[in-house]
Amino acid sequence: MTDASANTPATPRPGKHAGSLLEQNARTLRRNAAERRFRAYGLSAIVIGVTALVVLLASILSQGLPAFQQTFITLEVHLDEAKLDKNGNRDIEEIKKVSTFGYAPLIKTALSTRAGELGISSEDLGVSDKEIAAMISKEAAAELRRFVIANPDRIGETVEFEFLATGRIDGYYKGRVTMESAEKDSNISPGQLQFADALKEGGALSTHFNWGFFTMADGSENRPEAAGIGVAMLGSLYMMIIVLVLALPIGVAASIYLEEFAPKNWFTDLIEVNISNLAAVPSIVFGILGLAIFINYAGLPQSAPIVGGLVLTLMTLPTIIIATRASLKSVPPSIRDAALGVGASRMQSVFHHVLPLAMPGILTGTIIGLAQALGETAPLMLIGMVAFVREFPAAPPEGFFDPASALPVQVYNWTTRADPAFVERASGAIIVLLAFLLCMNFLAIILRRRFERRW
Amino acid sequence: MNDMRPLERIVDTDTVKISARNVQVHYGETHAIKDVDVDLEANTVTAFIGPSGCGKSSFLRCLNRMNDTIDICRVQGDILLDGEDIYDKRVDPVQLRAKVGMVFQKPNPFPKSIYDNIAYGPRIHGLARNKSELDEIVEKSLRRGAIWDEVKDRLDAPGTGLSGGQQQRLCIARAVATEPEVLLMDEPCSALDPIATAQVEELIDELRQNFSVVIVTHSMQQAARVSQKTAFFHLGHLVEHGETGEIFTNPRDPRTESYITGRIG
Amino acid sequence: MPVLWIVLVVLGLGLIGYFAGRMRALGTAGGDTRRLHSLPSYYGWHALMLTVVPSLLVLAAWLLVAPNWIENTVSATLPEATIAESGSRGLAMAEVRRAAGALDRAVKQGTMDEATVATLHSGVADLADVTARLKETGAIITSDITVSVLRAAQEYRLMAKASGAYMTFAVLLLAAAGLVLALKRTNKDFRARNVVESGIRVILILASTIAILTTIGIVLSMLFETGNFFERYPWQKFFFGTKWAPDFRGDSELGMLPLLWGTLYISVVALLVAVPIGLFAAIYLSEYAGPKLRAVAKPMIEILAGIPTIVYGLFALMTVGPMVRDWIAQPLGLGNSTNSVMTAGLVMGVMLIPFVSSLSDDIINAVPQSMRDGSFGLGATQSETVKQVVLPAALPGIVGAVLLAASRAIGETMIVVMGAGAAAAQFADGPGAVINPFEAMTTVTVKIVSQLTGDTDFASPETLVAFALGLTLFVITLGLNVLALFIVRKYREQYE
Repeated sequence: MTDASANTPATPRPGKHAGSLLEQNARTLRRNAAERRFRAYGLSAIVIGVTALVVLLASILSQGLPAFQQTFITLEVHLDEAKLDKNGNRDIEEIKKVSTFGYAPLIKTALSTRAGELGISSEDLGVSDKEIAAMISKEAAAELRRFVIANPDRIGETVEFEFLATGRIDGYYKGRVTMESAEKDSNISPGQLQFADALKEGGALSTHFNWGFFTMADGSENRPEAAGIGVAMLGSLYMMIIVLVLALPIGVAASIYLEEFAPKNWFTDLIEVNISNLAAVPSIVFGILGLAIFINYAGLPQSAPIVGGLVLTLMTLPTIIIATRASLKSVPPSIRDAALGVGASRMQSVFHHVLPLAMPGILTGTIIGLAQALGETAPLMLIGMVAFVREFPAAPPEGFFDPASALPVQVYNWTTRADPAFVERASGAIIVLLAFLLCMNFLAIILRRRFERRW
Repeated sequence: MNDMRPLERIVDTDTVKISARNVQVHYGETHAIKDVDVDLEANTVTAFIGPSGCGKSSFLRCLNRMNDTIDICRVQGDILLDGEDIYDKRVDPVQLRAKVGMVFQKPNPFPKSIYDNIAYGPRIHGLARNKSELDEIVEKSLRRGAIWDEVKDRLDAPGTGLSGGQQQRLCIARAVATEPEVLLMDEPCSALDPIATAQVEELIDELRQNFSVVIVTHSMQQAARVSQKTAFFHLGHLVEHGETGEIFTNPRDPRTESYITGRIG
Repeated sequence: MPVLWIVLVVLGLGLIGYFAGRMRALGTAGGDTRRLHSLPSYYGWHALMLTVVPSLLVLAAWLLVAPNWIENTVSATLPEATIAESGSRGLAMAEVRRAAGALDRAVKQGTMDEATVATLHSGVADLADVTARLKETGAIITSDITVSVLRAAQEYRLMAKASGAYMTFAVLLLAAAGLVLALKRTNKDFRARNVVESGIRVILILASTIAILTTIGIVLSMLFETGNFFERYPWQKFFFGTKWAPDFRGDSELGMLPLLWGTLYISVVALLVAVPIGLFAAIYLSEYAGPKLRAVAKPMIEILAGIPTIVYGLFALMTVGPMVRDWIAQPLGLGNSTNSVMTAGLVMGVMLIPFVSSLSDDIINAVPQSMRDGSFGLGATQSETVKQVVLPAALPGIVGAVLLAASRAIGETMIVVMGAGAAAAQFADGPGAVINPFEAMTTVTVKIVSQLTGDTDFASPETLVAFALGLTLFVITLGLNVLALFIVRKYREQYE
């Protein structure tokens, strides 16, 4: 109707909204501009939110992925009988008496030999023998000793080993350490880096995937290359087992009572208020509770998964109860009536009919609760899980009482250390943690999709 | 929608306020309004009657483009307000709705004071230059809405606190306050008791002095009471349109007769 | 007998009870299940429940109460001189416990036998030698052991041993008694199902009271230690002190105000980030976005809520902290610390975005469509409708959501530990130092962590202050939560 206005008598009637509809008046233009601005604010809020997520994940990934790679030096070590087993009778007790200091020279010799074979001259590079030996992780001697004690019959042979290079050499191949920074670093010299380059050219040094990151225990302050998340993963696993075993039955029992049997009175009101409040209490307060009740009062050991598990159970309960109640509520009353109608007791109708139907929802809620618990850090710090733990906890149930770490706490622990190699490892551990969370949430979504019922 | 249609078909620009030609409305796959042609006159109450789901409310919502808020709704054909196509690309629905106000089935006062409810439209359209003008508009609108005497002492009370009938009259007053030229009413009495209904009907008759009123109603008695013109919709078609007395006493179409005598609907 | 074994034996008895109860019931009915009052398995469950439940409850109660009772009894016998020597009763008892543990280990490792242990405190033995031998077991004994500590330790051991024995006896006896009683009651007319069901009901009720017990536990554990703290440090100075300077050698200034200021400052920055972004995102998603954008953007923003706070902490430490310092603080000359109020506030704000947005989304969606139609019908634009009709209608709910977010912000720990630093605001340095958002600042939660980790001495005000801080934190967040829940619930009722 492009020429419609031409056929219309102009402003036929003196109204408040005089003027043709086909022309936007000044006020409308202004209002539409405000409309567009408002829309733009909304869209930018979303863009900011999504960008924050992307930047967060990208920064963690970019800093943490190198943790899964490690630099190794491959050497052929001659297990010298004269040094490791002077009497030659392969008595394990005598072999054990040789400390790691006895093994270090063997590695040093092997490295010098290898360098000689490759034609690397330490004089040209200006590195001392001591500096050459320092290129291999201090963990290597311990590793060698463990091998010999496990295989005493191989003393006297020459065995090929893949030793961890020290954290600075590793950092050199990941861009953390450069020739310039090495000048000022008392732990590494440019000469050592050139030596490492020469080893690499000769094929004795390589960087590849590091299984040890998943299986090793925490490493001490000056050997980041030997630090792994083995103990932390085991500790987290133990705690998750405890949370699952305690929180699921207790949470389901509490929900069944509140949803199916509880009369409406002040007592159940009190419970309801408590549950919704506990869901919002700061996690650190649960840590104080754990410290005061479980450790100081009940005398449970510090740093133990049992205490962490109990604290996390109390934290997870509200989540599970809220999810379970929602799930029970969504089962239509006709199911209960049908069961009661054929003569089942109320208890039977709940346990035989309502509960199985509500199970997918309950499991979804439980998994989400577990995922929250898995990432929780602050309360675990208060119950002593920040401690440096080298020993793997024993198998459950005794292991529940052994000192252990937990993944998120291990991350925090590493960020407080001086060597930047630990920050890389912290990010690596975060990636592992996020991968677990992703799997759990994925499982929850699948459960929900697969078993979701519409009544 | 933009195809040119001879404007001679508009019979008389002085009395015809809205003229619809060949209107089709689709909700997704459903063809809700089929080929409706109708002229709505100024200073007249036109009633849309018909069984549930016949499309009378859908058609009403086309007249001020309320259907724009529904994503799956498509409107084809021409609807002219004072000879201007309201579905033209250049028309801003906001400006259109200032001219074509609407009152809904359920009273929907905003969660604000009575005063702010009425002042809402004048404020967004900039109808008052100062506070005293606004006060004047509010009072005038509440008087037109026949509710002034009941609320004049509590203009700061929340609008949601009124009774159902009062709420609906408040909503009518609110629509009137923007000074529209056409007032669309979508079953305005369906949520009201008989006494409130009588009050609202009386109000509608008074409103005719200043506005063109289009009212959708379920009740044939109501249509007979308040309207001068009646349009009967059935299954998306406009079956019959004419003088109210004519339609109720002497329907031309057998479907209209069946509906009026209670055989369908 | 270790607790695990007791539990296993009780469970074993319970299992026996199950089968015995079932068989006995069937026996009295002549093998015809139709003549039984209840299904046979109910008779089994009845016996199992009577065997297991009371005995395990007694076991749990014993484990909770006995250590405290022993401790108090032994503590009462300690001579005043010993307590004075150790500094406090708590420290003296800690020494006694360590000595007792060392003696246990010595006996276990065979370096001492029970007879020698029993005579140790008679004064014959050479104390230095005893200390050395105990140290050999790997126990951490700092100073030379005194006779009174040895005597108390020995008493402690004996009582613990006796308590263990009594407990084992009592629990097993109760289990056996329950089993016998259950089997005795079992015959074909016994209403086993009703008994089992009321038993299960009791268990369900017990499970649901755990929420209350947890709250009581939280409050009591903090109240007691806070009381201890106020015995050692005046409460006026804690609540109104403007200086935070703990010193483990004594003479600490433990004023809470600098910490509270840091907490509130960081929370306000976080809310300034989260509330506008979260609210606008919620408005856009619920009022403007098409189904496709909504399907992508909504879950992405909600992922932010599922990320553990340690990840945000690391993000603050590695990325945001250096960025804020290099791009804003240093060019403007406002500071050169990677830890700052701004860093923690920004990152915490990001964490809270999904919190605000998903709650607001629910609340905005609860505003009835008729309200929007009314506004559109009057010729309002969409943004006018949102600003003047939808938001005012949703306001109470949104206020509730913001309060919940504020309570989250105040209680958040890891982000501030890693992003804000550990230095308390210095009111003495004038307002500039306190208000600069690019300076490091610390919060209540950070100090709870730092006072309670590492070597702690539960008799010093420097450690106990953490409980007072915790209680303050709990009370503040409790207030906010209850208020928020109240507002949100009230709001929901309005539209139901």
